[in-house]
Amino acid sequence: MSMVHVTATVNDDEVEFLCDPRETLLDVLRDRLGLTGAKEGCGTGDCGACSVTVDGRLVCSCLMLGAEAEGKSIATVEGIADGENLHPLQEKFIEHAALQCGICTPGILVATKALLEKNPDPTETEVRYWLAGNLCRCTGYDKIIRAVMDTASDLRKAS
Amino acid sequence: MDRPNGFKFVGTRPDRPDGMDKVTGRAKFGADATAPGMLHAAIVRSPHAHAKILKIDSTKAEAMKEVKAVVTRADFAEGLTGENWNILENVMAGDKALYDGHAVAAVAATTPLAARDAAKLIAVEYEVLPHVTDVDKAMAEGAPVIREGAADKSVPDGLHANVVRYHESGHGDVEAGFAEADLVVEESFKTEATHQGYIEPHACLGQLGSDGKGELWCCTQGHFIVQKTCAALIGIEASQLRVTASEIGGGFGGKTTVFIEPVALALSRKANRPVKLVMSRSEVFRATGPTSSTSMDVKIGMTRDGTITAGEGVFRLQGGAFPGAPADLTAMCAFAPYALKNVKQTGYDVMSNRPKQAAYRAPGSPMAAFAVESVIDELCKKLDLDPVEVRLKNASKEGTKSSFGPRFDRIGLVETLEAAKAHPHYSAPLEPGQGRGLSCGFWFNHGGETSVSLSLSEDGTVALSVGTPDIGGSRASMCLMVAEELGIPYENVRTTIADTATLGYNDVSHGSRVTYASGLAAIKAARDVVNKLCARAANKWGIDKEAVIWEDGCAKPAGPNAGDFEPLPLARIARTMGRTGGPISGHFEATPEGAGMSFATHIVDAEVDGETGQTKVTRYTVVQDAGKAIHPSYVEGQFQGGAAQGIGWALNEEYIYGEDGRLQNAVFLDYRIPVASDLPMIDTVIVEVPNPGHPYGVRGVGETSICPPLAAIANAVSDAAGVRLTELPMSPPRILDALERQAHG
Repeated sequence: MSMVHVTATVNDDEVEFLCDPRETLLDVLRDRLGLTGAKEGCGTGDCGACSVTVDGRLVCSCLMLGAEAEGKSIATVEGIADGENLHPLQEKFIEHAALQCGICTPGILVATKALLEKNPDPTETEVRYWLAGNLCRCTGYDKIIRAVMDTASDLRKAS
Repeated sequence: MDRPNGFKFVGTRPDRPDGMDKVTGRAKFGADATAPGMLHAAIVRSPHAHAKILKIDSTKAEAMKEVKAVVTRADFAEGLTGENWNILENVMAGDKALYDGHAVAAVAATTPLAARDAAKLIAVEYEVLPHVTDVDKAMAEGAPVIREGAADKSVPDGLHANVVRYHESGHGDVEAGFAEADLVVEESFKTEATHQGYIEPHACLGQLGSDGKGELWCCTQGHFIVQKTCAALIGIEASQLRVTASEIGGGFGGKTTVFIEPVALALSRKANRPVKLVMSRSEVFRATGPTSSTSMDVKIGMTRDGTITAGEGVFRLQGGAFPGAPADLTAMCAFAPYALKNVKQTGYDVMSNRPKQAAYRAPGSPMAAFAVESVIDELCKKLDLDPVEVRLKNASKEGTKSSFGPRFDRIGLVETLEAAKAHPHYSAPLEPGQGRGLSCGFWFNHGGETSVSLSLSEDGTVALSVGTPDIGGSRASMCLMVAEELGIPYENVRTTIADTATLGYNDVSHGSRVTYASGLAAIKAARDVVNKLCARAANKWGIDKEAVIWEDGCAKPAGPNAGDFEPLPLARIARTMGRTGGPISGHFEATPEGAGMSFATHIVDAEVDGETGQTKVTRYTVVQDAGKAIHPSYVEGQFQGGAAQGIGWALNEEYIYGEDGRLQNAVFLDYRIPVASDLPMIDTVIVEVPNPGHPYGVRGVGETSICPPLAAIANAVSDAAGVRLTELPMSPPRILDALERQAHG
């Protein structure tokens, strides 16, 4: 099958790649661009481990084709930190022990960053419903929710 | 306890050492590895629950130019016996496919898509056989036999050939005990199979040459067992296969054996190239470790004052197409929280046409607790007794002869009950429509073969190598314990999960053993290092080694008689070690057997919507004995995680098989694990009753947290709904059925 040529922006870097038209954006990120931070937990859009943003919108990269990324701006977990400085969410996740195995963490960080950009003062219920598409099997979500609420509070104080 | 003056580092909550890797996406999990020239593999799986494999034709697949190898059972070792044969039979079917999803062939190709296309071209001819997936039906007369001769000698005559193991234990005279009771309640229960539900599917990257030398990278709870098993299944020497454990995206017992690793190695050997094999989610559901489903009968007698006079339980566990369901553990855990004069428990391990059950967090115990603690709750209700007081009255304590035989050492059940009773949750008023449930739970905990190594660097930092994969933050607790012993900062210790060529054998990260056993070994290895450091100081000072003590990270003279010398910090000794006798490292190898047994008490509030049958857990409190919490945040995390998994098991999760024996819900949309909006915050209370078998008093904490939830939630739901729920999951249809039966009953 002939390959598709795609130009896109990933974490502010311009990238070019060839992909099979059947490949998902997740396949492209992981296998063609070497960005393995997004994980495949299900391949059916149910677990959120592959969460990225496309032109600012939160999506499951396993549900989008790589070819559809043409001209789009994609942000992944690898782009959350600012150089050597972690994003406050990343710091709070470590501080609150909001991860155990860590496989869901990249997707949850991408999703919560998108939430806080949209809603800097979410209630606990809003955080829980926003993250209802991101499965975590280790933590029971308690420490994740606390880390997000605490980050939001700090960011509000800082702004 | 070895630390009369308390701890400096243990019990604090520093950042985990692998935190940055995990929040930046650079931590390498099973599917994140690549190798030059790597191929990708796909597995062909049976669509039938039970079928003879007549013919496998891979001609069309092999004609594809991208395809580099195809393997079937013929490409694996022959003549295996015992458990290795069982594992191989599960990894790649022989004459028969035994369940929907059973692997029958595999292919390696240059791209993942080509491998999947090729798998579809492999034609398998089957003769479909009658199947059975329900435990009670599998034991009944006339049920299709999964495998003749699979039963061992424990099984009494006259049982169906699918009953392959039998367990009976207890003491006293239960009939006499029931005669003494004022009330006897007997009830039957069923639980469906659930999956461990780790978010990371099984993944590996293997390379094996015709010289019999191999490398394997995989996500596993124990790379040493992977090494041993793969070597046997593909017929090479264990030491020639080096296995490295990736970061692991959850296991919960389900990554304690092999599924795809031997397949990747067999393909690699044939293609002479590295092969990567990653399961899809539906493969994970169809072909890897769910729990057993169960059918149970429990009978308990109680006097009016709340004394349990006798307990009897029959536990039938469906374990899939192979022997090994933990019927014995289920039976042994069932009445463990209680000091009973008369107790009897019987367990049946039953084969069926389902995937081979695998361990899941305290395997077998949660189901037993569901049945026993539900009956105790019913007795409390009928006799109008307080559920905590009844449990306190009957609680096992140090010296109690356990329901499964031995006397308990120091245990903390009473302390968890007292803490639950004192917790504001227990006395908080309930809203209308809400119910409250309580349950205790028990797990043995495990020690296991353990080997660690600790080496000093010249700059005074140390590197600890352990052989137990870090599933939930155990590197942090290892660093804390080593820092404590050596008296150096936490940040100066780095813990690595070493590969199979670097350390002696280590058992799997299971049995809640890592912080206990690898922790104990790390402490002993650090003490080995301290001895050597003291010897170097003694040498320098020209005094006896016995006259040197280790305190606050320094060698010091033991007292005024030993001489007057400036304390020598670790870093100073390390700096000159090359000239004072060479490198300093510490080791410890053992099979520690003092894993302290563990108990918990959970309190749950739930409300049930009578219209829809939907249950909402509104408040949850976990009280558990940790012995000593090394890093309390990660102990709390284990408590919360176990409770959340228990909530899923109790309310939503189940394997649903069709009449055709096929699994109908092999995706996360249909197999619904709890999401953030389903759950409340989960409150935790860490009780610390030190385990005499660990230098700091540590007990494992990972598994016990899933033992009480099924029962505690069932008791809360039954309280809220006004009807006893006896089948899990308590999904909306089951609750509506129960409400309807109640209304018409």
